[in-house]
Amino acid sequence: MQLRVRALETILTEKGYVDPAALDLLIEMYEKKIGPRNGARVVAKAWLDPQFRQWLFEDAAAAVDSLGYGGNKSEHLIALENTPAVHNLVVCTLCSCYPWSLLGLPPVWYKSAPYRSRAVADPRGVLREFGVELPKNSEIRVWDSTSEIRYLVVPMRPAATDGWSEERLADLVTRESMIGTGLPKQIAEVAR
Amino acid sequence: MNGAADMGGMHGFGSVQIESNEPVFHADWERRIFALNNAVGASGVWTLDAFRQTRESISPPEYLALSYYALWVVSLENLMIEHGLATANEIAVGRSLGPANPVAAKASAAAIAQMIALGTPYDRPPPAPARFKAGDRVRAKNMHPKTHTRLPRYVRGHAGVVIRVDGCHVFPDSNAIGRGDDPHWLYTVRFDGRELWGENSDPTANVSIAAWELYLEPL
Repeated sequence: MQLRVRALETILTEKGYVDPAALDLLIEMYEKKIGPRNGARVVAKAWLDPQFRQWLFEDAAAAVDSLGYGGNKSEHLIALENTPAVHNLVVCTLCSCYPWSLLGLPPVWYKSAPYRSRAVADPRGVLREFGVELPKNSEIRVWDSTSEIRYLVVPMRPAATDGWSEERLADLVTRESMIGTGLPKQIAEVAR
Repeated sequence: MNGAADMGGMHGFGSVQIESNEPVFHADWERRIFALNNAVGASGVWTLDAFRQTRESISPPEYLALSYYALWVVSLENLMIEHGLATANEIAVGRSLGPANPVAAKASAAAIAQMIALGTPYDRPPPAPARFKAGDRVRAKNMHPKTHTRLPRYVRGHAGVVIRVDGCHVFPDSNAIGRGDDPHWLYTVRFDGRELWGENSDPTANVSIAAWELYLEPL
């Protein structure tokens, strides 16, 4: 694959179809700058600020844009609220749609056949493989990303975090908790 | 199309393999193909939906045997040939053997920076009023186009409920095959898990998809 990709890059740059500086920028941005920390800041703010939380559920794209986390692959965004009665889980069965500007590029498992095939048909079984066991009666809402709408799960705020700063709360918000395959870290996990 | 990409509900792939402390890229060629595809894509030679269609068109045995970014490599090769950016011979020898095709516009680093920051909205002014509203019962059409569609097989023929109207968006089935934006209304439709997977499936689960108006019929 290394050689095949080098061939494509050589042809595309020799013919002037791509700007090498644009390639460097894309790699720099998505490997180093844009990642799940963006989404974690959004979730932490939603935990702290009721007005922002309401805005996020009414118009997620505008709300995240106000924090500078809008843009590519989150142009149309819906925030999904986890509650004691409802758990949300996001998948793209057809490929790999994912809110890049909030979570960065998707992990391999998200793009893999086991996840794409089973998240819609056996969400509890998939969650168990991530170590998540939900109450028997909680509703599981699976969201298949079949359009340019992207989804951000807003998990429940962990107990005993009253008075925590936004920064400290953001440390509890994992990538998986914003996809729905995980829960936020509990305070015992970060105290270690 | 009914290709290997449309995986919802398939059996036999095993458990989800989760890698701890996963890097963004696992090899340098993944980094390069990611950037190349996005840079050429941003130049507008082909659409995002055409890129998806090209990936889905890879034959099922080959699709299932390739890693995610390897699918991008095959797709970029195919698209470059199809759109006249390179010949099969040039790809085989790994360098350009003739002049560039003048139709392609290059995306500059500044244009890429703007795309990353501002995104590329897919909503469009509606050509007609929306046919459905929240609460309407609908059925996903039993349709099997041989070209790109975003209506997964596992919902086709099944009944669901419109839970929100999401505006009017570029229609991927048209956009993928060079027919332009062709905007249509988009809806979030929720299907009960038992409607999709049978009466013995999890009664607490449901699945929502975003479905364009042409994918739906009233119930």
